[in-house]
Amino acid sequence: MNWVLNNLALIGERTLDHLAIAVPAIILSFVLSVPIGWVANRYRASNGVLLWLSGSLLAVSGLLYAIPSLPLFLALPAIIGTGLRDPINVVIGLTLYGIALMVRATADALASVDPNVEQSATAMGFSGWSRFWKVELPLAGPVLLAGIRVVSVSTVSLTTVGAVLGIESLGLLFTDGLQRNIPGEIYAGIVLTILIAVVLDGILVLCGRLLMPWRHAAAPKQQAPTELVVNA
Amino acid sequence: MIEFRSVTKRFPGGTVAVDDFNLVLPSRKTTVLVGSSGSGKTTLLRMINRMVDLTSGTIEIDGEDTSALEPVALRRRIGYVMQNSGLLPHFTVIENVATVPVLNGVPRKRAFSDALALLDTVGLERSLADRYPSQLSGGQQQRVGVARGLAADPNILLMDEPFGAVDPIVRDELQQELIRLQRELDKTVVFVTHDIDEAFLIGDQVVILEQGGRIAQVGSPSEIMADPASDFVSSFIGADRGKRALSIRHTERGAVLVDGFGRAAGVLVEGVAVASVAVESEESTSS
Ligand SMILES: Nc1ncnc2c1ncn2[C@@H]1O[C@H](COP(=O)(O)OP(=O)(O)O)[C@@H](O)[C@H]1O
Ligand SMILES: [Mg+2]
Repeated sequence: MNWVLNNLALIGERTLDHLAIAVPAIILSFVLSVPIGWVANRYRASNGVLLWLSGSLLAVSGLLYAIPSLPLFLALPAIIGTGLRDPINVVIGLTLYGIALMVRATADALASVDPNVEQSATAMGFSGWSRFWKVELPLAGPVLLAGIRVVSVSTVSLTTVGAVLGIESLGLLFTDGLQRNIPGEIYAGIVLTILIAVVLDGILVLCGRLLMPWRHAAAPKQQAPTELVVNA
Repeated sequence: MIEFRSVTKRFPGGTVAVDDFNLVLPSRKTTVLVGSSGSGKTTLLRMINRMVDLTSGTIEIDGEDTSALEPVALRRRIGYVMQNSGLLPHFTVIENVATVPVLNGVPRKRAFSDALALLDTVGLERSLADRYPSQLSGGQQQRVGVARGLAADPNILLMDEPFGAVDPIVRDELQQELIRLQRELDKTVVFVTHDIDEAFLIGDQVVILEQGGRIAQVGSPSEIMADPASDFVSSFIGADRGKRALSIRHTERGAVLVDGFGRAAGVLVEGVAVASVAVESEESTSS
């Protein structure tokens, strides 16, 4: 415990480092998965080349997850020419893992939109573009949210792997704590990683509530007077 | 006026949903397309606003070939009401109703105040304006659907089994309301249903369809009832049975009309307004 109290500044710094890697990776996975997931979903019910394209997108993006993280973080600098200790490597690597999960989630989310509602939007005169942004994407929201919550938790936890290469994150607290045998430092790293995951998840849930108020609309009040009596 | 000329629709799978269909739908009248499931009603309706492309033939609206029109613009000037309302679940009632005017660039404020007035028109309380569709009853949802279809003040209103999913009492109410509305608004309405009673109640012109969009008979309700064109039509409209097969029974106190179930359905009143009905029931008595 002493170690924690004496090193609050360091812990704060590592927490920010951690967020600076995890948050951009989560956002990038989401943003990049939307167009890929759209294409995968759009051509799922087609045939020939387009069906093949859709299937390959889902399969290849899913397989990204099978790449072991440490070799990936080592290989990325060689491929994109960054320094071995550059946090960008981890951001890119984690974005790839995020995409691995999120492309399928996005395709499923778009497929979950009631075709009846899509047709009704078309009938009203939404163009393809405005129909996507104003109808399909918002209505895909619940499934997208479920997907990005998984990505968020997994990204926050995988961010620690960069510590093995000396890239700063909360992971450094447990590598360092293990090497120097400081239990307080190890626990601080673990607890804060979990805490970040929980807080980000809470923020995502909150965003979901703000962006999708219709999902939480109360059922119509049928017997308002009775309710008032009960409450009084 | 909407005119179908030799319209055929073959879907990619090979199904011919509509085969060489010809029909004129007069302006400011209600034309009802009635037929059993799969007879091509929805396909016919959706070819009018180009949600479904024709395989061959043409559709003209007031003499203008729709294939020359931009589909999105065309849809924005044709109202569309579907079964299960098709309301956007993430839009409130007022946002749903104002959708098309907003798409057309009407300022939100004006679109919303117009939409409130439309709620009155379709008999909905203004207090429902901020509810989401999931917070409404089925009947209320359909009313919102009708209001939304009317919002851009279209000349044409397409309705695809709009009252098919509500319970019978609410359906009666909505049907009466539509008849009242149509008297006030004078739209060219194309109404699809599989319910022949609804067709006769609402239609100025009724089109009875067989599979493949083949027209079994076109006419006013009384023309069809008085003179079914085929056995298919007779049996489809139930002319030979049930409450449509009225006959005269003479009782000690006078003549009453009884239906196919033997229940008293009314009395025969001689007069100009009911002349055609009287002729029909006498015919069914003699047969
Ligand atoms: N998108 C489609 N693809 C293939 N076949 C279709 C499609 N839409 C409708 N059909 C077929 O066309 C026929 C007419 O369908 P529809 O117009 O929906 O009939 P209705 O509305 O009278 O029930 C049916 O046999 C139906 O299976
Ligand atoms: Mg149909």
